[in-house]
Amino acid sequence: MCLAIPARVTQIDQGLGLVEVGGVVREASFMLLPDAQVGDYVLLHAGYALQKVDEAEAEETIRLLAELAEAGRAEA
Amino acid sequence: MVRYVREFHDAAAARGLAATIERITSRSVNLMEVCGTHTVAIFRHGIRDLLPPPLSMLSGPGCPVCVTTNGDIDKAIALAEQPGLTLATFGDMMKVPGSYQSLQQVKADGSDVRVVYSPRDAVCMARDNPQRPVVFFAVGFETTVPTIAASLLEAEALGLKNFYLISVHKLIPPAMLALLEAGDVRIDGFICPGHVSVVIGSQPYQFIPQQYGVPCVITGFEPLDVLQGIEMLLRQIAENRAEVEIQYRRGVRPEGNPLARELVSRVFETSDADWRGLGCIPASGLKLRPEYSRFDAEEAFAIKPPPTKEHKGCLCGDILRGVKTPPECPLFAGTCTPERPVGPCMVSSEGTCAGWYQYGSR
Ligand code: SF4
Repeated sequence: MCLAIPARVTQIDQGLGLVEVGGVVREASFMLLPDAQVGDYVLLHAGYALQKVDEAEAEETIRLLAELAEAGRAEA
Repeated sequence: MVRYVREFHDAAAARGLAATIERITSRSVNLMEVCGTHTVAIFRHGIRDLLPPPLSMLSGPGCPVCVTTNGDIDKAIALAEQPGLTLATFGDMMKVPGSYQSLQQVKADGSDVRVVYSPRDAVCMARDNPQRPVVFFAVGFETTVPTIAASLLEAEALGLKNFYLISVHKLIPPAMLALLEAGDVRIDGFICPGHVSVVIGSQPYQFIPQQYGVPCVITGFEPLDVLQGIEMLLRQIAENRAEVEIQYRRGVRPEGNPLARELVSRVFETSDADWRGLGCIPASGLKLRPEYSRFDAEEAFAIKPPPTKEHKGCLCGDILRGVKTPPECPLFAGTCTPERPVGPCMVSSEGTCAGWYQYGSR
């Protein structure tokens, strides 16, 4: 029940807006994340944006995982 | 697949991580995933099959549906049965059996029970039907509580007089403390819930390594997140370290979401709470502050739920503490199936029994 999904913000107006998740548009409240901006990826839970996805951290984890994938391919 | 999801499903990286995990697992290790969303992810992605035999994954009490007691469900049912009232809740709660029936059954019998995606939807229902009391049956952990606090503040700002809550919220760190204190099972490391931590950050887990010497890694929910979280725990164990680390760095800041926590503490205060399987845990629940007691459904409506009754033979309590696994329950897969669940661990899509039933496992 605690799943939050990454969603892209497409519209914000006075704390309410729209986000897009895999082609589906949903309403979202930004009351818990007032500094979100259009274009940001946010974690959406029960209709509320809870946090911004930190893109730099995400890239860093993806880079680390790519290294592991190399190691995985080498072993396969 | 959605961005920030697909990148964490790469099979070669999974093999690489599994190989590292195998290499650094030197002794028998019990890791507990506290959160039901992790339990599902581990089953769905076949992660158990990638792990070496000395490594056991235990499922913990982190499914809000599963830990809600029969008594609390009975209360919601008693409210739903009040004439002229609407009870709204999350979809996961509908099929959970209380002592005698489920919300789904009372809805079939004519009560107005609605499933909502967001607590805001319940506030909108109350706004659009000012004559009709709308009660939100509020279940959830730290991830969900801020959305409920925010909705209640919106209801207040709209001046609504017909919106109420039953708060059976629960808090994760006190439950982890209770598990450690009970000492029923040896836990060598905790996979801490990523989305609870989006809100609370890493600080509330510090007592676990500091006082109990047990490593913690706050972990995301995609398969590579889970494998990396396991790998980070094993590294701590191998290096004799115990700290709180964050694997899920793209979502979790050490400080969490302070605004979300502030809204929660504006509306709620901690209280003792009854957990299925774990009993009463001090300071593990949230109740409305006195300033907001006019939103408290239990104060507004005189309900008398019948005496509670447990589900005969159901071992959910032991399963929620990681003491038993579902196949050890004599009712598992025979009398108790997802179609005809006896206990909540089989109802909830995040329940441990449902996971074992659907995906089977060693
Ligand atoms: S299999 Fe059914 S009866 Fe047994 S513990 Fe799980 S939910 Fe309870």
